[in-house]
Parts: sequence; structure tokens; C-alpha cells
Amino acid sequence: MTPSAGTGTSEASQAAGVSELSGMDLLRFAAVGSVDDGKSTLIGRLLYDTRQLFEDQVAAVEAASARRGIGEVDLSFITDGLRAEREQGITIDVAYRYAATPKRKFVIADCPGHVQYTRNMATGASTADLALVVVDVVNGLREQTRRHACIAALLGVSQFVVCANKMDLVDWDEAAYAAIAAEVEALAARLDVPTWRVIPVSALHGDYVVERSDAAPWYAGPTVLEALEEAPAGAWASGHGTERAGGARLPVQWVLRRPGGGRSYAGMVNGGPLRAGEDVVVLPEGWRTTVTGVETYDGPLDEAAVGISVSVDLADDLDVSRGDLLAAASDPPEVLRDITATVCWFSDRPLRGGDRLRVKHTTRSTPARVSTVLGRLDVNRLEVEPAAELANNDIGTVQLTTAVPLAVDPYRKDRITGSFVLVDEGTNATVAAGMVGEPHLAPGLPQGAASVTATP
Amino acid sequence: MTQPKVDHLALLESHAIFVLREVAAESERPVLLFSGGKDSAVLLHLAVKAFRPGGLPFPIMHVDTGHNFPEVVKFRDELVARLGERLIVASVQESIDRGRVPDPGPGASRNRLQTTTLLDAIAEHGFDACFGGARRDEDKARAKERVLSFRDTFGQWDPKRQRPELWHLYQGRVQPGEHVRAFPLSDWTELDIWQYIAREGVVLPDIYFAHRRSVVERDGMLLAVSDWVTPGPEETAREETVRFRTVGDATCTGAVRSTARTVAQIIDEIASARVSERGATRADDRFSETAMEDRKREGYF
Repeated sequence: MTPSAGTGTSEASQAAGVSELSGMDLLRFAAVGSVDDGKSTLIGRLLYDTRQLFEDQVAAVEAASARRGIGEVDLSFITDGLRAEREQGITIDVAYRYAATPKRKFVIADCPGHVQYTRNMATGASTADLALVVVDVVNGLREQTRRHACIAALLGVSQFVVCANKMDLVDWDEAAYAAIAAEVEALAARLDVPTWRVIPVSALHGDYVVERSDAAPWYAGPTVLEALEEAPAGAWASGHGTERAGGARLPVQWVLRRPGGGRSYAGMVNGGPLRAGEDVVVLPEGWRTTVTGVETYDGPLDEAAVGISVSVDLADDLDVSRGDLLAAASDPPEVLRDITATVCWFSDRPLRGGDRLRVKHTTRSTPARVSTVLGRLDVNRLEVEPAAELANNDIGTVQLTTAVPLAVDPYRKDRITGSFVLVDEGTNATVAAGMVGEPHLAPGLPQGAASVTATP
Repeated sequence: MTQPKVDHLALLESHAIFVLREVAAESERPVLLFSGGKDSAVLLHLAVKAFRPGGLPFPIMHVDTGHNFPEVVKFRDELVARLGERLIVASVQESIDRGRVPDPGPGASRNRLQTTTLLDAIAEHGFDACFGGARRDEDKARAKERVLSFRDTFGQWDPKRQRPELWHLYQGRVQPGEHVRAFPLSDWTELDIWQYIAREGVVLPDIYFAHRRSVVERDGMLLAVSDWVTPGPEETAREETVRFRTVGDATCTGAVRSTARTVAQIIDEIASARVSERGATRADDRFSETAMEDRKREGYF
């Protein structure tokens, strides 16, 4: 194993070569699933068995386990670091951990399973390229497992590695594993998740997490670690969350004034590379101009890659300010005030038609009104049903009207210009995650699942 | 003209610059908290990259415990002068003199007292956003914290009530008296920091590099002998070759035995380290299982 966040052994640094680490491939993944199905124990096991932990961290976890009279080391304490989490044995908020093997780096979001903390799960999954879905094989897929799978899929996570956990409790019964795999197949087909696999594991004992085992001779697939090392990196690894070949977008964050006059517009490039000489349109105003220079502190660039923070000089002297969007003139987003969106609602106060909220979209914040709640997603049946309001932790479809026009892409096309949050103007709480467009569901139920990867 | 090298460090840099610009744009009175340590040196370097050719749209604030390594104060003053930026020094000694906090006595750690000094300075200047160099890999409570972390009117962090933080939409709206802490280096590891220092040539205080120093071993840590740390009756001071892996209050920041005199040597040392950064060097984390969480709840960095 190699260093990075957490470890190290000296043979490890020799294995990977320290100088190579900064350029290593990265996977961002989130552990999701229902409460008590074993997410934190699995992540703890993964970190422990790949020796990502420092000696003092292991000693602290051992001491904390002993203090609570837990015989063996409680691996969930590796990520459940809050006092209340250890008292209750649950995860309350996402823990981010950083790990590296000789093959790649990982950013891990260990998410809470409890329905009350769904907002925190969505936080962790919103920048993940892969969901590690943990299911207790004794109980099967629960409503909360389905809710998490729905949210991850709606957020655009296109790879699921499903762990059928606690296989030791069913004596490694292949039929129990197969039952989970069948449920996952139907779910993945309906959610249009193209890549998924199911791995039988015992997080408690470590079988098939990092180490192979002879517990399931009928299973020929990869271990969890192998699956994570082999998975394509995805778009969040490169900082922007959008996999598409399209026109550049640059939400203006800040206007830099140049000494001796002139302004330069700072922001992070998204959607496609931004080139000097490129024709752009300033939205929502609709002014056309040309990029005359792409600048960084380290000097000018011919082309700024997606995910890079730059500042841009324009040919014309225009009144461009924070909140405006520069977009490739050849492929601009839509400019809308009436927006149909999928939202995950995170407030005890229900969301109803007529509610006034603040929308934060790219670098713009503006008042908005929910004109109508169009429907609510039943996470068990995976159907959108009519609904007048959304309760806490519901996923639904709404029609929004914003005070100023927004330059938006459908979320499926662009996760930066297609996403927003809703903010309660009284409390300033973030009360919803929003995605432009209807919830994406595959029509009907599976007719022989989509490209299924290796479920043996 | 050059093409940027889009690798892991370039993306971490780019994201940190994004967060600096977002928070500076959306808050009324931001401030950058600076300890003189490597993380705050990297943070300040990134702030310069985010806002040049302009000046920084916020002052730099050092919460000074009065128990400083002289090399760090010298580094701070030279750096701020070279950048031509504004420095605010919030003094723990003044908090003691004004009776805001009890004097823990000569030689006792002033680490925890910094919270009062920090919160008083935030109130006095009306700061509504404070940039800090904390990283999630430092501690299990930090691992739980948002990039933009809300503080109530008492400066408290409530880990059970953090705002959802989706995608790169950092939402820092506050009421008067509340503020946010912003951590642009959240996703950086200790190794990332050192690799970035190597790439960018970020200048650090000398104490990060191996040097001879008189130290005393106390509670398994090597403390530098100074005006505030003197050998007790059972202790003896020794000359050792050491360096510091973190920089904090001199009474509770331990040195590590090391011969690493260059950034490259430090990167090799960290890559094979078996003890975590704070575990090796911070007495303040040893009070209890949740020492960092407890301090953060009170308003600590």
C-alpha cells in the first residue's frame, strides 16, 4: 500500500514511487445504504486491511472500543469520529477519508444511512463517481437502500458496487446472494444505472473486502478493493462532474481589475475546454464577444481545461459581473425563468406550491417561487405519483419561477449549470438539492438488464 | 503560452481558488486566518493566485498565543510585508490582561484560550467568513466538517446540524453575528500539501526543516526549550536534530526527530511515516477521545 492520506509503509512508497503519486488516477466514491447495514464497518475494514491508518489512529480506535466494552476493535469508529456517533453506534454526517493503493488514489465519503440524515448522504454522493451500496443480506434492500440508490442515480452516479454484507450470518448461502443480485438488477435497470456488480462480503471479518476468502467458492468476481481499483475514474475525479464533449461554460465568480485599466473575469471552466480566440455569449444578457485571453497567475494559456480556475479577457467592454455565465457561442445553454426540476427536499416544513425560496445556481443567487409541485417519486415502486407537497427527504418534481433568468443545462448534460440548491430566506438553511429536468427513469421494468458487468 | 498540467495537484489548487473566490464574493467581511504553519502558508499562496493582480479582498489575521517560535513570527512579518497585505494580530495575552480568560500560568498551554481571542476578534471586526487551512485528513472530527462550516452567534459548530453542501454550491448566508469558516484545503492531505510546496516553491518557516535544537521529552513528545518550556526536576534538556511537522503554541507543539533538510526529503519522510501529523506533535489532542470535536464546538479553528 502506498501513502497519501493515511499511511504508510516504506515498502509502499517504493512500490509506487513518491514522485508518481501527484499524477495518480483518482476515484471519488460514496458508501451509501440503510442504517446498520454496515457501511462504516466496511469502510473501516477497507482502510484497516489496506493499512491506510497510522499507528496512533489504530491505537485510538482500539482504546475507544475497549472503553465501551466492545471486545474486538469496532472498525466503524475509524470513520464515526463524533462523540454522538460513537455513543449511538450510527453515522450522523459524512466522513471524508483519503486513501491510496499502488493502483490509484481514493476520496471516500462514508455517508449516514438513517433517514433523518438523508441530506448528508446527498452531500456525500453529489461529488461521487461511484456508489458503494451496502446491503444487509439478511434484510435485503430496504426502503432507505432504495432511496439512497435513487438519489445517487439521480445525482448522476453511473456505477454501483453493491456489497451483499453480513454473508457470514447466512452461512455464505449463494441463494441469499442471488436474491440480492436480482433485486439490484431490477433497481439498476429502472434507475438506468449502466454499470453495477454485486459482491458477497463480510465487513466484520473481512472476506472479499480486501482479502479473498474460501467462504464463497461459488463467487468468482472481484473483491471490493479490486472493483474500486478497476472502476473508471469518472468526471468528479477531474473536478467538475460533467462527462460530455460540449461547449465551454464559465460562471463568472469575480471581476479582476487590471492595473492600468481593463477587467478580467475569473471562474472555473466547465463543460468543455475554453480557448483563447473562442466566440462566447454572455448570459443571460445574450451579448456576443470573443475571448482574447485566458489568464492564470502563472501566465496565459492557449486553452483552459475543464475544472481549471482561470480569468478571461474579452474583446468588448461589456458590463459583465458575478453571476453572469460565459458560454461557447456554438453551444449555449438555455436561458429560462420557468424551470422544471427534480428536487430532494430537506426540511421539516413541507414544500408546497406558492412557497418562496432563494435559489443558488452557479455563482448567482436569486429569489424564486415554486409555482407547482408536480409529483413525488415513490422510492419503492420507482414511479412518480401526483402530490401536492413534498415532505422531508422526499424526492419530487417541481416547477420553479425565478426572479431573474438563469442560464441552465439539463442536469443530465451538465452537473454544474444543471444543479442548484434552494435556501430558506428566513433561516438561511439549505433546504433542497435541485436538478434541472424531470427525474431520469428508464421506461418500464427490466427486459434483460442493461450492460451488466460481471455478476457471476 | 503553456498548457496547464491537469493533474491531482492542479485540480486541488483550482478548487481551492474557486472556494476562495466564492466566499470572498459572497461575504461582507471575510478574513484569512494565518498561523504561520505550512497549511496557512499554502492557503495564503493560493489566495494570492486567486486575486492577483489585485490586492487580497480580505485582511490576514494571526491569533497570537504569545508562545511563538521566533522563526514563525519573523516569517509572518516578512511574508506579509513582501505581499503588501494587511495583518491583524489578535493577542491571547491581551485577552488575559483584559480578564477575558484566566491566566493559565507561566508555561501552561494557551491553545484553548485562543478560541476566546479568536471569537472576540471576529465580533470586534464583524467578520462573517473566516478562511482557515484545516484539512479533513488531520482529525476524525475535521473529517466530518463541511468546506463552508456554519458558526452560530456563540461561534459554535454543531456537527448534528450542518448544512447540506452539494456539488460545488457553497452556501454561506448568515444572519448578523453568525459567521462561516471556509476551508479551501479540505480535500488536501499532508502529502498533497508538501508536494504542492515543492511544485510551487512555497516559502516556510525554518523550523519545518531539520535543525539542532535544545529539547525536553515530556509525555512522549519533544518540546523545544524556550522561555515557556523549561526542564522540570525530573527532566533534562538535550540537543537533538529535529524538525516540526506542525506549528502551533510552542508549549504543546512537539518536534519530531528528523534529518530532513529539504522539501524532497520531507516528502520521503512523510510518505513512510507511521504516526499521524497531529498524533506525533499535538498534546492538545490528547486530553480526550474527542478533544478536537470539543474544541471545535466551542469555536476553535
